[in-house]
Amino acid sequence: MFTVEQIEAKLEQILLKVERPGRYVGGELNSIRKDWDAAKTRVALVFPDIYDIGVSNVGLKILYDQINQREDALAERAYAPWLDMEALMREHGIPLYALESKRPLSGFDLIGFTLPYETLYTNAINVLDLAGIPLRSSDRDDSHPIVIAGGHSAVNPEPMHAFMDAFIVGEGEEVIHEIVNWLQETQNAKRADRLRELAKIPGVYVPRFYETAYMDDGTIKAVEPLIPEAPKTIRKRIVGKLPPPPVKFIVPNIDVVHNRVSVEIMRGCTRGCRFCHAGMITRPVRERSVQEVVEAAEAAVRATGFEELALLSLSSSDYTHIKDLVDAIGERFEGRKLTVSLPSLRIESVSIELMEKLKQHRSGGFTLAPEAASERMRRIINKYIPDEDIINTTREIYARGWTTIKLYFMIGHPSETLEDVQAIADLSKRVIAEGRKVAGWKVKLNVGVSTFVPKPQTPFQWVSCDTRENILEKQALLKRELFKDRNIKLSWTKPDDTLVEAWLSRGDRRMAEVIHTAWKNGAKFDAWEEGRKFETWIAAFKEHGLDPAFYTHRQRRTDEIFPWEHITAAVRKNYLFQDFRMSLEGQIRVDCRLNCYACGILPTFANLRRENPGEGWKCPDVKSPTRKMEMELPLVGD
Amino acid sequence: MRVRITFAKQGALRYVGHLDLHRLWERAMRRANLPLAYSQGFHPQPKISLAAALPLGFSSRAEVMDVRLNEDIQPGEISARLKDNLPPDIQIVEVKAVEENLPALQTQTLSASYDVHLTEPVPGSELKRGVEALMNSEALIRERRSKTYDLRPLIEMISVIAQADGTAWLKMTLAAREGATGRPEEVLSALGIEPETARVERTRLIFK
Repeated sequence: MFTVEQIEAKLEQILLKVERPGRYVGGELNSIRKDWDAAKTRVALVFPDIYDIGVSNVGLKILYDQINQREDALAERAYAPWLDMEALMREHGIPLYALESKRPLSGFDLIGFTLPYETLYTNAINVLDLAGIPLRSSDRDDSHPIVIAGGHSAVNPEPMHAFMDAFIVGEGEEVIHEIVNWLQETQNAKRADRLRELAKIPGVYVPRFYETAYMDDGTIKAVEPLIPEAPKTIRKRIVGKLPPPPVKFIVPNIDVVHNRVSVEIMRGCTRGCRFCHAGMITRPVRERSVQEVVEAAEAAVRATGFEELALLSLSSSDYTHIKDLVDAIGERFEGRKLTVSLPSLRIESVSIELMEKLKQHRSGGFTLAPEAASERMRRIINKYIPDEDIINTTREIYARGWTTIKLYFMIGHPSETLEDVQAIADLSKRVIAEGRKVAGWKVKLNVGVSTFVPKPQTPFQWVSCDTRENILEKQALLKRELFKDRNIKLSWTKPDDTLVEAWLSRGDRRMAEVIHTAWKNGAKFDAWEEGRKFETWIAAFKEHGLDPAFYTHRQRRTDEIFPWEHITAAVRKNYLFQDFRMSLEGQIRVDCRLNCYACGILPTFANLRRENPGEGWKCPDVKSPTRKMEMELPLVGD
Repeated sequence: MRVRITFAKQGALRYVGHLDLHRLWERAMRRANLPLAYSQGFHPQPKISLAAALPLGFSSRAEVMDVRLNEDIQPGEISARLKDNLPPDIQIVEVKAVEENLPALQTQTLSASYDVHLTEPVPGSELKRGVEALMNSEALIRERRSKTYDLRPLIEMISVIAQADGTAWLKMTLAAREGATGRPEEVLSALGIEPETARVERTRLIFK
């Protein structure tokens, strides 16, 4: 194994040959370098994309803090090297190392990946390869680190099952300590025995202890545990109360994508948009108090000196005391040259007042996400915002001095037609026309149109992803309609990218071989322009006798067993199915803060809820039996 | 007040460029609760000016920077507050108050001294001959970014420091005036040494 000195000497020779060498040297303020020999457990946390994107990830930061707060453990960080650096590392035989100590990843006890999105899968494999760690769980022995992964994509871990020893489903704050303890307790045991013990920890999925049987048509017949220690269903972990947020953020020495501190004000979302993966899998909503957020923001700004603060949540407007929070933040940071960003605001005039209070640079633009533009589509996706609300709000935004508005839409929703796409173009044109009436010809509109990818554990897990031909036709329509206006800027997602993500999102265990082959033939950085290798993916499917359309362009049977059937985010499949059926009928479900629709969270976490009474959780009190609540479905227009 | 700070920049910070260094100091000042002055206008800029950009990969024992603060604070106090608020590879060497109306630092820089260590050792005697030839030449016409220029007048001094094991390293002082900057790697190339094999440290900036 390489020593730190050897790695450092080799880096010296290559760093000036790569773009932005500051990515590869660490040395940031608030990075934590602990005594290697004094720690019983050493964990390398990996975000398998480049430093510029990974360094500000809040999830890994939480784990970094949790582990480093322990006296008996240390955590360091690693990211995927960019293509130029990777080539030189391979040429010089430099293994992937952690930034703090420059020790090779292979010398750690645990490698913990975060996989927030599926297009990181090939990068994760590449990271293992660069670290000289056998790619497959079955090829690793007692001399190798344990390799685990968590993050949103872990609610369907199957496509990556071959490469990870285990997955953590759900929130990591508590389970990470159980894993560190497990590492210490089983230190001298054989790997297979250790993993058996690991499978006992709630929320941990150890794929080698499960077997999948298939039907003749390629769908799943059954997923069965092979040992008594492995639970039939792995239920996600959550924390009953959000612990104090991290404040000592790493301050990168080079410019990065999100160069700021982030304070999570709320976790989960009660809106129930049917396309939204995060909204379905991060329930229940738990909020931090205004005071806790303000104090954390103060501490974070003091500890980092950052110029920008982001208040994170899936839906800022839904935070109970949002006005108080914005007032308190505005007051606290008055005159301190701090830009505050508040993402995901609802389309209503209150949002404009909030942004004004935060004294946002109006040059930065105002972002809103209607997602769909026709009444029918809005009902289907359960994000119902009338045109008039959009027009009135955007007109007001222009009138108050913002010159640029960004509107986010999605195409490819279930049953979408060209008419629904035309509505996006029409609405966009109306928005800018109304803007011109109040603010003249200087107004600009950025229209971002992504393509919907059906995600596991959501009401749309049954639907077919739009075909390449349809997507291209819809995008051509938008280009034809919107390119004419020079002040409308249209952006879209390439169908190739959408399809790669779609294959992986609802893939089964057989996808692991496709991923491996695609990676072997050069696929990596699948989320990047530079990395796109669509033909490589198609060839990999072919090599393994699988049809990509099986994963994307297929309406699932209502009784189909999904590859992720044994994993649950605690939202019942029946509930998801009911919600799917409602979408077909154009029925919407309003905010579940007001009315519980019995998604399954409350009964699953009843004990946790009892231990954490009061304000923190935003599930309403359920008095009548939950069955009954399901029948009281509000209809729009009633 | 106008404060002149001399600092060392080493280790990981060698790979952090000029613009990023500006931002790094701005944040350090904020953390240290030092009231940095900003320019007026739509995009206020902090009043931080570095004497001479340090090429990527070089370390330095003596970078010099002027910052303006909105309050008068004792230099000792500034130094104390900054100390705990800097990344590990930056160390404060000196903090002193200077006259408000002095000309900008960049216009006052004359030359810079460097220590150059070679990772692929060259015999001292050979190095000495090379340096003598260089210093005795009338002109050293070189090309950089497809422009030709004469390197010779930019070299003020080079000395060869012989080691007990027969190898040697170099000390050099090169011009660092606005529009006339001698670069150590150019001198190394002129000496027939691959610049990639050198560890360069700036040791001193010389002002008018």
